[in-house]
Amino acid sequence: MDRIPILRMGDTLLVTIQVDMQDQTALALQDDLANRIAKTGASGVMIDISALEIVDSFVGRMLTSISGIARILSATTVVVGMQPAVAITLVELGLSLEGVRTALNVERGMELLRRAREEQSLGH
Amino acid sequence: MKSENQAIHTVLGADDASILEPWLDEAGAQDAGARRTMQAEATELLRLLRAAVAEGGDPTRLDGPAWAPVQDGLQTLSHARAARGQSAGDTSVFVLALKKPLFQLLQQQMPGDPAALSSALWSVTALVDKLAQRTVTTFQHAREEIIRRQQEELLELSTPVIKLWEGVLAVPMIGVLDSNRTQIVMEALLQKIVDTESGLAIIDITGVPTVDTLVAQHLLKTVSAIRLMGADCIISGIRPQIAQTIVHLGIDLQGINTKATLADALALALTKTGWRITRSPV
Amino acid sequence: MATEPSGTLPIASEQHIVATRQTVRLLCQELKLSLVDQTKMITAASELSRNTLIHGGGGWMRWETLEANGRRGLRLHFEDEGPGIPDLKLALTDGWTSGSGMGLGLPGSKRLVNEFNVDSAPGEGTRVSITKWK
Repeated sequence: MDRIPILRMGDTLLVTIQVDMQDQTALALQDDLANRIAKTGASGVMIDISALEIVDSFVGRMLTSISGIARILSATTVVVGMQPAVAITLVELGLSLEGVRTALNVERGMELLRRAREEQSLGH
Repeated sequence: MKSENQAIHTVLGADDASILEPWLDEAGAQDAGARRTMQAEATELLRLLRAAVAEGGDPTRLDGPAWAPVQDGLQTLSHARAARGQSAGDTSVFVLALKKPLFQLLQQQMPGDPAALSSALWSVTALVDKLAQRTVTTFQHAREEIIRRQQEELLELSTPVIKLWEGVLAVPMIGVLDSNRTQIVMEALLQKIVDTESGLAIIDITGVPTVDTLVAQHLLKTVSAIRLMGADCIISGIRPQIAQTIVHLGIDLQGINTKATLADALALALTKTGWRITRSPV
Repeated sequence: MATEPSGTLPIASEQHIVATRQTVRLLCQELKLSLVDQTKMITAASELSRNTLIHGGGGWMRWETLEANGRRGLRLHFEDEGPGIPDLKLALTDGWTSGSGMGLGLPGSKRLVNEFNVDSAPGEGTRVSITKWK
């Protein structure tokens, strides 16, 4: 089973999903991310799905879970690079990815995380 | 090979001129140019028929593998004629005209045997009828396909995605918003959002006559898809009557920004994307 | 090889779900479906094959390429000999924003395809077939 690598860039954890994941791989990613966020105290998680041509309900739920888990651990998650065909399919499937923040690309995703970080530090 | 098939095989083996010329005469081309085109079509069809029969194809059943090239040939013929704007009738007249030279040749080949002649004539007629039937069916499909594609192109033309400003796209929706149009708009708009890296899309519904629950659903789907990708959306062109209908029907716009005019929507879009406009005396 | 007009794939493990997606992708490409239609079909196949594995205890996917009225299409059958769906009517009830992980996601998959048929009853296994036309 492949494990998706998690890279760290300052306060942000970066994940790029490029393979057609088995369900196990997705669950392992969820686990790994939770551990890494806790361990590093990261304030942001970026998941790049620009290479994913298929996002089904399992992957959708994984993204929602990661988002929720990260939030509890005081980190913001942003999913970037969703392909148009994927967005259309998810809407038709009825998956709203409630609570998952998205951005068009990595650049905007980083911007979103930066703003979230600022808001958080102001709020505390 | 059965004797009827043998008869067909023999009659098709006659020289080209004795089949093609009477065939074209019977089919009746309007002018020299049309006749030349028809000659090319006839030559090709004859070639395919000879090949199929030589392969051992059973003329009573056009669905065997030996007949596949003939099927394809008939389809090509239909499509070409459909594209030229001819009718299904013209095409079947052309194919049926092949009977005349074949009948004449059979009569010449079997002068003293009326029973065998009658049987061979029946085989030929059955075969040519099937060929004609096939062209008519594929012709209809070809026409439907052409019309469908033209409708799609028209639909695409009537919903252009316009770049209003850096990072701001607009789609003027004109006409009834059904699931077909929604699909096309979604695909075009989302792709443009990716290509131009635009963060905001304005969907203007000034040209949409009515908004009921179904139309609202289509709009909401489009907005959901835009938001899923990480962009935002403003719906503009909401006439007062439409606003009343929306409230009356209890449609939940789920926090989408709405504006009465495209101008207002643009102003909001600029603010949201960080633009400030100042005015100096000219 | 996916160039066959029909075939069967086992669904007995997670790897098989991935294999199903890959096979369906090849079939859709051969059919020359548009990108959006391909994505919808593969996603529906992913959902249904997962159902077969998790709820049906494993089964198989049968595929067949179709031709009718001059149109080409692809039909996929997801079949298992598992416990069957207890309340089929409920399972097919349309709740537009589901995705909570509960249920089989049948209404969602139905919206992704042109034809959708399910035949199931307690103790009688489950057979779901989906069709996409070009």
